Amino acid sequence: MDTAVWLQSGLTAPILLPLTGALLAFVMRRRATPIGLLSVVALLGAVILQVPSLFADGPQRLAIGGWGAPLGVDLYADGLSVAMLLMTAVVGLGISLYAAAYFRDTPARGQAFWPLWLLLLTALNALFLSADIFNLYVTLEILGLSAVALTAIAGGADALVGAMRYLLVSLLGSLAYLLGVALLYHAYGTVDIALLAERIAAEPATWAAMGLMSAGLMLKTALFPLHFWLPPAHASAAAPVSAALSALVVKGSFYLLVRLWIELFGEIAGGVATLLGLLGAAAVLWGSIQALIQTRLKLLIAYSTVAQIGYLFLAFPLAVGTGATAWSGALYLALSHALAKTAMFLVAGNLLRFGGHDRIADLDRVVQRLPLSMAAFALAGVSIMGLPPSGGFIGKWLLLEAALTEGRWGWAIVIILGGVLAATYVFKVVGYAFTQSENPHQAQPVPATMEWVAFALAVAAVLMGLIVSQPLIVLEIGNPFGIQAEVAVQ
Amino acid sequence: MTPAVLYALTGLGLFVLGLYALIVHAHLLRKILAFNVMGSGVFLVLAGLAGRTASGIPDPVPHAMVITGIVVAVAATALALSLMLRVAGATGRARLPDEHER
Amino acid sequence: MTLDAWVPLLVLCSSLVPGLLIFGLDESRVRLRTTLNLAGALTKLALVGVMLWGVAHGHTYEVRIAFLPGLDLALRAGPLALLFLVLSSLLWLVTTIYAIGYLEGSPHRSRFFGFFSLCVTATVGVAMAADMLTFLLFYEMLTLATYPLVVHRGTEVARRAGQVYLAYTIGGGALMLLGIVWLYTLTGTLEFTPRGFVSELDPSHHPALILIFIFLITGLGVKAALIPLHAWLPMAMVAPAPVSALLHAVAVVKAGAFGIVRVVYEVFGVEFSALLGVTLPLAILAAATIIYGSLRAIFQDDLKRRLAFSTVSQVSYIVLGVAIASPIATVGGLVHLVHQGLMKITLFFCAGNLAETLGIHKVSEMNGVGRRMPWTMVAFTVAAFGMIGAPPVAGFITKWYLGLGALDAGQHWVLVVLAASSLLNAAYFLPILHAAWFREPPATWPEEREFGRRETARALLWPPLITALAAVLAGLFAAMPFSPLEWARFIAEQEFTRP
Repeated sequence: MDTAVWLQSGLTAPILLPLTGALLAFVMRRRATPIGLLSVVALLGAVILQVPSLFADGPQRLAIGGWGAPLGVDLYADGLSVAMLLMTAVVGLGISLYAAAYFRDTPARGQAFWPLWLLLLTALNALFLSADIFNLYVTLEILGLSAVALTAIAGGADALVGAMRYLLVSLLGSLAYLLGVALLYHAYGTVDIALLAERIAAEPATWAAMGLMSAGLMLKTALFPLHFWLPPAHASAAAPVSAALSALVVKGSFYLLVRLWIELFGEIAGGVATLLGLLGAAAVLWGSIQALIQTRLKLLIAYSTVAQIGYLFLAFPLAVGTGATAWSGALYLALSHALAKTAMFLVAGNLLRFGGHDRIADLDRVVQRLPLSMAAFALAGVSIMGLPPSGGFIGKWLLLEAALTEGRWGWAIVIILGGVLAATYVFKVVGYAFTQSENPHQAQPVPATMEWVAFALAVAAVLMGLIVSQPLIVLEIGNPFGIQAEVAVQ
Repeated sequence: MTPAVLYALTGLGLFVLGLYALIVHAHLLRKILAFNVMGSGVFLVLAGLAGRTASGIPDPVPHAMVITGIVVAVAATALALSLMLRVAGATGRARLPDEHER
Repeated sequence: MTLDAWVPLLVLCSSLVPGLLIFGLDESRVRLRTTLNLAGALTKLALVGVMLWGVAHGHTYEVRIAFLPGLDLALRAGPLALLFLVLSSLLWLVTTIYAIGYLEGSPHRSRFFGFFSLCVTATVGVAMAADMLTFLLFYEMLTLATYPLVVHRGTEVARRAGQVYLAYTIGGGALMLLGIVWLYTLTGTLEFTPRGFVSELDPSHHPALILIFIFLITGLGVKAALIPLHAWLPMAMVAPAPVSALLHAVAVVKAGAFGIVRVVYEVFGVEFSALLGVTLPLAILAAATIIYGSLRAIFQDDLKRRLAFSTVSQVSYIVLGVAIASPIATVGGLVHLVHQGLMKITLFFCAGNLAETLGIHKVSEMNGVGRRMPWTMVAFTVAAFGMIGAPPVAGFITKWYLGLGALDAGQHWVLVVLAASSLLNAAYFLPILHAAWFREPPATWPEEREFGRRETARALLWPPLITALAAVLAGLFAAMPFSPLEWARFIAEQEFTRP
């Protein structure tokens, strides 16, 4: 067989596998669960197979159907893309296994879940692989629409209202982004990122596009103060959906913003990077404090997501001057947050199933009654707080290093303070898990799969703090953080 | 002012108008309509600013984009409308409750 | 990897693996759990013994794992590490035996012993950490592993105590992280080196170094319970007695004090620290803590709280010995790391025995208890005399060397502090001893349990007797090879530039 075809199937597999699965699961409703699980396992296999060729050949570009840029739609995979794909596949597998057990008692919801969930994975993978800003718009929309529909699956007024608000926000973000695309296309006659990077110049059209696209993506990523839609949506969805939204979906738009920033806007942005960083800092503090005063576990976790997203945005100002350290820090944080936050939301799902509520003060000795789930929550919490050893610690260490190398104390203090606040809200939950509640409740059994999946993901988040060099090497294949931006200037 | 710029400015105007309506109107149907107006505005910008090749034939790429965009918009509108009906069914009102604002 | 590189890893695993296995055990598997616990503790002790012999004969035990770019995770067992290792592995064995007896029949023992083992794993990690990053990793792991032990009882009071404990330790850890990253951006290395690795830096960095020193010492001072960072320690007394013993004598407080030793000697270097002018403030802080802790101890009626404030006071002897910055005082400080551990763990074991056997929690309930529980009170008395500094118990050696060191360094005010603190120690220990031995016992004890002919359960009685005996032997045979004192001398020789 021709090697080009191999390559082609390799890069397109992460998109085609879940898409096929989604269609099949939609048509064969009764077999949706096995189809879904099979697709996700195949997806993970396909992504893992990408890693050796990435190491051997470096970043890969594929012109689908032989139509290259500027007319065709190119796929591009470097270390950053593959790292995001891996994160999606691993977390996706965890969520899928969990969902299979979670929806066992409500088959109708399960049948609605699988096609949408596979579609969401399709959109995410396509987003991580696309090299053209219009195609990225399409993936953003598919991602948004499937995420909204998934949120609504939970039924009930809270979930529906949350989904509706989410939909409005998502559409608004996409339209702002699309208007930016229109401006860039008008100014430079292409939507291919690499070509744009060669042509882009500091002029009003670029600035307008940067403003529109960044604002749209910030809205979708729920950066403070545009985060208002996230907690109700993430907290009201079904547990596997909450996990997917917090762990993966917001990372999609964040990834896109990072790409655009590094390749297109970073050099001409000026003070905007500082603005993004300031918003990030505000998000860290505001999100953490909000998390701290929540009385319901799922809302606490959702606000923690707001805070953790803030951390990611600290990289924008820190990358000016330190470059790769800050970006790898933020992305390492994003990857480990995906694992840890999934584990947390899945644990919240277990506790909801177990006690019928998620009031933190009434957790009622779950540490004895669901020890595995609480262990998962605590381990995930270690990563969220950024204590060693955990992926979160590595991310924070790199960010701190970037901040202190340049003597930027303000950012360093925010990074530290956010960690302390995170510890406070995580241990608020853990503390109440030890005490006896005044309102005891009837306990329902929780399937073992649901506990073990959460635990495994939390352990993975911790392990990311011990096995560090390999993920960092993968992230930097193809030099996504460095050289391109400089080439673009010349 | 060339017609192309006029189209583009009209498009921008529609975008802003839609955004305004989206923010001030509480009824979900109006919000959904506002999105469609905004979308049309963006499409108008895309089509209006499409470059011309040397022979005067319009660049086909933005048109392809607009068509894709319309497909997406239709799908999004369909989802929004059905979700609106569900919200109205569950809460009795086709608007978002205010207390969760922020 | 050579055989020598495996030993530090095995030392870690000898408590980590049993700990993880115990988590998975059903509550009722008492025998298997006990076997695992004891096997782990004995294995660790044996491995540490091997390393002790090896280090004395010039071996180095070192293992490294690639971590961040430019930074490894590294474990190394040098003389200083071994001082702490021997202490913690020895006391872990004793505490495990005690805890098995103490918790007999109480719920959630698998969870308890699981975290107990993690705690010791973290402690030996702290001891063997070869650089600041590895140290931080285990230091934070220690915080996390002790939290479930503090809140073990699951009461509202325990939960609050846990929150306070975390508020202090996490805050301190955050400051340490800041200091460590800052240090790294200045030096590009974090590796512990005898006599420090920062003295080569340009003098323009000295203000930054002073701030880093403050950050690190604050972070470590939380666990070492230096004032004003000590408030968590008396609150954490809600935990079961073996946990208190562990917190005070082996793990948490010692990790803080040990960290201060590491930072002063092997990050900054003690002579360079003196040059920076940071040792005198540290000495004053330590002295203030010694006096303050003792003063507060006098007014506590709750026995465990009195002991807790006594710990606040005693641990600062170690810091004081470090901060006097003379070779002789260093010996006094280092050796107290061991001596305080032996004596304080004895006292906590005895307090636990009184509570378990007779329901005594307060000093005012201890009248005549020496007649009911003579062996326990003998151990208590020995340890208390040691704390006061009476020969031949080990505490005397400490004070002797601290005093000599202070004279040597020309810091005569330290003698006043030592004398005052000995008086205060006497003031809060002697009334207890007097009441226990010379007052009439009450007709009934608050909550008495019968143990047949023995005064209390065997597993509760032997540990304090063993540790009390060890405290006496450490004092009597201080000049023998491998005694804590000789080992501390061995270390001190390496930390000072020989003239």
